[in-house]
Amino acid sequence: MAITELSALLKGMAGLELLSEQGYRLDGRKAGELRKLQARMSVFAQADGSAYLEQGNTKVLAVVYGPHETRGSRAKSLHDRAVINCQFSMATFSTAERKRRPHGDRKSSEMSLHLKQTFEAAVLTQLYPRSQIDIYVKILQADGSNYSACVNAATLALVDAGIPLRDYVCACTAGFVEDTALADLCHVEESGGGTALALALLPCSGNIALVQMDSRLHQDHLDKLMEAAAKACQDLSKVLDGVVRRHLEEVSDLTKH
Amino acid sequence: MRDTPLSNCERLFLLQAIQEKKRLDGRQTYDYRNIKILFGTDYGCCIVELGKTRVLCQVSCELVPPKDSRPTEGILYFNLELSPMASPAFESNRQSELLVMLNRQLERCLRNSKCIDTESLCVISGEKVWQIRVDVHVLNHDGNLMDAASIAAISALSHFRRPDVAIQGREVTVFSPEERDPIPLSIYHMPICVSFAFFLQGSYLLVDPCEREERVKDGLLVIAMNKHREICSIQSSGGIMLLKDQVKPVEMLLLVEGEHENHSSERIKPFPVLLCFSSFVLMQRKEGGKFGFAESLPIERITALKRDEAPVEMADVKDTAEEIINRTESSTEVYPPGLKTRERSAASPVLVATGTAQVGEGIVNSWGLEEDEDDEVIIEDKGGGTYNHNCICK
Repeated sequence: MAITELSALLKGMAGLELLSEQGYRLDGRKAGELRKLQARMSVFAQADGSAYLEQGNTKVLAVVYGPHETRGSRAKSLHDRAVINCQFSMATFSTAERKRRPHGDRKSSEMSLHLKQTFEAAVLTQLYPRSQIDIYVKILQADGSNYSACVNAATLALVDAGIPLRDYVCACTAGFVEDTALADLCHVEESGGGTALALALLPCSGNIALVQMDSRLHQDHLDKLMEAAAKACQDLSKVLDGVVRRHLEEVSDLTKH
Repeated sequence: MRDTPLSNCERLFLLQAIQEKKRLDGRQTYDYRNIKILFGTDYGCCIVELGKTRVLCQVSCELVPPKDSRPTEGILYFNLELSPMASPAFESNRQSELLVMLNRQLERCLRNSKCIDTESLCVISGEKVWQIRVDVHVLNHDGNLMDAASIAAISALSHFRRPDVAIQGREVTVFSPEERDPIPLSIYHMPICVSFAFFLQGSYLLVDPCEREERVKDGLLVIAMNKHREICSIQSSGGIMLLKDQVKPVEMLLLVEGEHENHSSERIKPFPVLLCFSSFVLMQRKEGGKFGFAESLPIERITALKRDEAPVEMADVKDTAEEIINRTESSTEVYPPGLKTRERSAASPVLVATGTAQVGEGIVNSWGLEEDEDDEVIIEDKGGGTYNHNCICK
């Protein structure tokens, strides 16, 4: 109710329609369509695992080091599993306005925390007691769905590093405009004042690793939104799987000759 | 200082109790602890007690230049602090995970849900806007800081009054509370966070976990909702694996919780309660009564914020005092003369039994008399005082 008023206001003000009458979004996608996803693995030789992911215009770089000995204080190491250390940062040139503090501010700390928790649930940490796995994620260009792109890129990097995972961790955002759920939001749609739900999922079992939503949404619409996000994650998992298999083929081709 | 780790047997006990649907304090799975909201004498000061968890919130305002990207909107700044006073586990270093999580959740719940009209905080577009600063301090940690903090923040914001301003051209005059009545903030809705803790790989869930239960939890799900059945924010943390069908019953509960909080008489009733308290504080200020933080420490009753001075009869003080003194003097000559001489001459011990001897016989017990005397003397000394004898803190 409040959301329809808001989008009507947006339409009047800026002439931007998040969803046109024909069912097309601002960039010409349909409601449930994902943006074009391109990814490359093993982009860095130095790191144990690395991946570069482009989800539409959002470009993310993820690097994994580990498992290795716990650096810093011994107190941080756990006797029965590995510690996952995550650092999230945005490049200063990633947003429209130059970012003053790339890391250390509250939002980045929160993102790092969420990434850490997501992967602590997905990685089989019991196999590496008293060790540490580092995940570094950097956003080179932010165009919406920042957290989701980071999660996807980090998953690929972990696969590249050979760290055992329970399943791919796929994340996607979903929004709600005029009773229709939109999948994979871009920056304009996210900041347009509508709802945005970010969901990180393990596709095979359907387990939710993280769910996050800001801005108001009526309770009745939550189901639809979650469904749309879950479906988008499942589609995304197929794409990620394809990327991994293609990469393996390339690598095995190279090693053959 | 590091907190004492939870012993394995305590952990097992808690988990087993949860499996049998029992909680440490005898609550049911979906029961909240008693919530008490108390307002201080300053505008925007609120203390919330959720069981033993105590949180203090203070709202203040300031005129500042606005952000470049939003020249016509006021600024809302949230700051939550965990001081070592609340729990030995909290250290003074800033970047603990819990602190970041609580701060961000508070910001998301209140700022992103647009519960406050920031456009009304604009004074001169592009030059001066009101910055509303919400400071939440945790006084005692007994679990579920998020809920207590969100209740405190939204109550304090509703209670707060900002000074009135008058604009003439480019001149801004800020009126003090004595000159013009301060204006309340315009609040669209009141989002309140509810925390659900998951145990044993998501198979059991508890509402409003206490501190012990929080230590053994696998993960936490915080949902912020308002009265209109709108979800303002969802945040899951702790890396638990939830299934979609687990999230759904959680929000059905939330609906019940939200209604409960609004309609039940034991729980909070935001709107009528706030109206009542804010008008009470206004009255107090006008009468020139004492105000300030010390006065606002709750003495378990809101009516105790201002006490009437108790009148004491002072007319015949001198006579009663003399009477009391005379009575005390006479009591020293209570024992008969015979006994006295015997005591004076025979100061040697008398053997009562093997190993026990007695020197003298002792005087008659006059305790009953002395107690009355003490009471009367005290009352006369503090004739015009406003202290009470009850405990200040519990």
